[in-house]
Amino acid sequence: MRQVRQTWFGTPQKSTRFIYLDHAAATHLDPQVRAVMEPYMQEEFGNPSSLYGQGVRAGQAVENSRKSVAKILGALPEEILFTSGGTESDNLALLGYARAHAKGGKHIITTAIEHHAVLGATKQLEKEGFEVAYLVPDTQGLITAQQVKQALRPDTILISIMYANNEIGTIEPISEIGNMVQKYRQETGKTFPVFHTDACQATGYLDLQAEKLHVDLLTLNGSKMYGPKGIGILYRRRGIKLQSLQFGGSQEHNIRPGTENVPVIVGLAKALEIAESLRAKECERLCTLRDFFIREILTSVSHTHLNGHPTTRLPNNINISFAAAEGEAMLLYLDHEGIAVSTGSACTSQSLDPSHVLMAIGSTHEEAHSSLRFTLGRSTTKKDIEDVLDILPPIIQKLRLLSPLV
Amino acid sequence: MTSPFLDGSTQTKTSWVYSDIVKDHFFHPRNFVKDDEEVKDYDAHGSYGSPACGDEMHMWIKVDPQTKRIVGCKWRTFGCASAIAATSIASEIVTKDGGMTLEEAKHLKPQTIIEHLGGLPDRKIHCSVLCDKALFEAIHHYEQTHF
Repeated sequence: MRQVRQTWFGTPQKSTRFIYLDHAAATHLDPQVRAVMEPYMQEEFGNPSSLYGQGVRAGQAVENSRKSVAKILGALPEEILFTSGGTESDNLALLGYARAHAKGGKHIITTAIEHHAVLGATKQLEKEGFEVAYLVPDTQGLITAQQVKQALRPDTILISIMYANNEIGTIEPISEIGNMVQKYRQETGKTFPVFHTDACQATGYLDLQAEKLHVDLLTLNGSKMYGPKGIGILYRRRGIKLQSLQFGGSQEHNIRPGTENVPVIVGLAKALEIAESLRAKECERLCTLRDFFIREILTSVSHTHLNGHPTTRLPNNINISFAAAEGEAMLLYLDHEGIAVSTGSACTSQSLDPSHVLMAIGSTHEEAHSSLRFTLGRSTTKKDIEDVLDILPPIIQKLRLLSPLV
Repeated sequence: MTSPFLDGSTQTKTSWVYSDIVKDHFFHPRNFVKDDEEVKDYDAHGSYGSPACGDEMHMWIKVDPQTKRIVGCKWRTFGCASAIAATSIASEIVTKDGGMTLEEAKHLKPQTIIEHLGGLPDRKIHCSVLCDKALFEAIHHYEQTHF
């Protein structure tokens, strides 16, 4: 049977080509992950809080998953909290810590390029009387430890800086910043500021050992690591108090009540384990493909430039602005050819604002509207990249022909 | 496959769908300026929008000096699918059946263009249908230079 593809127009098109280059948005569920999840949806459906066999087995599955995640993060099992995803983990880290420590100070440091899950939380905290410093990165998206140090105040209680940016792929010097924060705490003899990092895009590409990163709080989510959606992790260094965002039972150390989503927790642990085992090989493979694509597209299409850092970037991230061609138009032409990408153009965002990340690194509105993000993944082959290199230039050429901006 | 939905469908309907007419004009735009030479003998030019807001439209018109009807309308657009399709279909609307008079064209409403396109998603209406304003500018330019 030929594959029938559902396009954005709602009319199925016969196309055998499907090149998925939006792994930073979502990843497919690894079949091995699905296999370990299956039993917990059918026969082992018990509530982990129940005391009979089925409940105990479900509870054990959750605790084994917690141990497995803890091992990869170099953490203790009790330092791992399961949440509903990256957004909840970020919200819990920021709102939960700030609200619990408001007496210690009301100053928070973050960056202008954080995910909305962090920026939305800081906006809420501003309403609650906190003061937030938004550090602006350089034109390649880098924040320095020195910058963070300069922003520190005696009343700074929390610092939140992402590990790697989801749009432009720039990797922040988390270990260096964390080290500086630790030293600062030692010098001042205070227990704060604590350091949170959103590591959602880092899984499978970067070292997640909390000790090495010198972080106190760390966010991960399942849907970016070939695991199930609707599951996240918040690493919380022992001793750090968080105020709950929801109320109910005593699950997750009373911090995050609600019956554990057992199959999804089991799936997340397996997904993380696989991601970690493939990490070195995938990094090498994808860096080669990434650099090949960037080099080729920048030489074959004029008036293009790479957004983000040329080398200190995620192995799977490519973000390029194609002057005078608009992002949504490029995206939909590519979709028509069976290629899935994303854009920083306002036209595709619900808010109709261009990417706040591209604006923060000093892009013009036009550059932000003209950007495309390609994020590679496990299924990406050299052939996929070559196909995109064949298909994309004529699309740019056509849209530039229509454009008054050339 | 068992349907997870009440209507029995096995695939979700996308929440953001353009009409087939938009699709047609987006992939097969009509009357755009391929080469500046094409509009060399056109009478007037108007533009609207800016890359900062994400859309910029330019329109060129050729007017019959006797009847004051638009006999040629060409354009260039930087913008999303609906912006491109709207400009393309507007160029057809104003030139069909011998062309609109300048007075008629001045009163071309975004709503009329949207109806011709078979509708647009709500949040696309204000930002992507700006071609009527570019056209208005072109007519204004014509009136300033030809009366």
